[in-house]
Amino acid sequence: MIEHHPGDDLLLSYSAGALGEGWSLAVATHLALCPVCRAAVAAAEELGGVLLDDAEPEAISEGALNRLMARLDEQVSSAPAAPAHAHAVLPQPLRDYLGGDVGSIPWKSIGGAVYQHLIPTNDSSQARMLLVPRGRPVSEHGHRGRELTLVLTGSFNDHTGRFSRGDVEDVDEEIVHQPLAGKGDDCVCLVITDAPLKFNGLLPRLFQSFIRI
Amino acid sequence: MSNDPDFNVLLLNVAGSNDKAALATLFRHFAPRLKSLMLRLGTDFHTAEELAQEAMLSVWRKSQMFDPTRASASTWIFTIARNLRIDRFRNESRPELDPKDPALVREPDLPADDQLAVKDRQVAVRECVAALPEEQREAVHLSFVEGLSHQEISDQLGLPLGTVKSRLRLSFSKLRLMLRNVS
Repeated sequence: MIEHHPGDDLLLSYSAGALGEGWSLAVATHLALCPVCRAAVAAAEELGGVLLDDAEPEAISEGALNRLMARLDEQVSSAPAAPAHAHAVLPQPLRDYLGGDVGSIPWKSIGGAVYQHLIPTNDSSQARMLLVPRGRPVSEHGHRGRELTLVLTGSFNDHTGRFSRGDVEDVDEEIVHQPLAGKGDDCVCLVITDAPLKFNGLLPRLFQSFIRI
Repeated sequence: MSNDPDFNVLLLNVAGSNDKAALATLFRHFAPRLKSLMLRLGTDFHTAEELAQEAMLSVWRKSQMFDPTRASASTWIFTIARNLRIDRFRNESRPELDPKDPALVREPDLPADDQLAVKDRQVAVRECVAALPEEQREAVHLSFVEGLSHQEISDQLGLPLGTVKSRLRLSFSKLRLMLRNVS
């Protein structure tokens, strides 16, 4: 049961098309796991439909309809079907960005038994996969901006609560936390940040510039 | 009212029998409105019209994916135009759900009378927007119609970011409450 959802501001911006790519990836992946937020996004899109209906019509040039009609029979080369993942762990939007499921991620160690994999996006956010082995902590850190963490396997706790598959933790500058992975499965998360983190320990701070976290 | 339920039927005809006349009717209604939305984004006349045209071509090609039990025609067409706009202006991809994804967590089946029919939902949304205080309606408009980020809205209105967010949040929670209560 999902207990922690992305904020309404993210769901609304995603629906309106105003949310950057990295954040949208986290929202779309959460939506695959959360029927409640899917219903909320459907409601917001309904709003878009009503606003489209109510838009003041602008004259379209004479030949536009004919030009469209002329293109209807064009052959479209369809993209090759993605291989079927009958037992996928990661939802589709994320598999698309990673080129496969959780087993195919080329993890890189960032110290403290924690691994990451950076996901390129075209907006200014930084998207990464993070792997924290069961029972292990992530160094205590604060934030210069917003940090969104979506749990995909395992779980973690910090002083704000417990987060498991599908849960989203949304923190800002105010929060300093030290997430600790739960005892079950290793904890794999999708993490989106819009500014570098502020580590409190000296070693992680020195290491930080190398790992772009 | 412009929200004629016939648009759903027309779209189903496009999907079911490649009905070009139905697409032409949809074009006459939606293309001028799509162009209007695109112009709001500060695009020139030519590009706005081209995007409206592209959106209608996508409607033709993707019509099989239209599901009238989930969204009305205008809502579905809005989402197509929104995604085209993201491709074109931000040069970003649009991460989207795949409804056939085996990893998708299905909703529990709701009894039919707990679900508001799509048509009634649109009426409810329209009433909800009309009932919003002017400042909230403006924020919704800038976000959905003009495609501005919350930061851009805050800059344009000269308001703190937190105020913009709370206005949007308020209007959204009213909308969600209303959609739950009408049934």
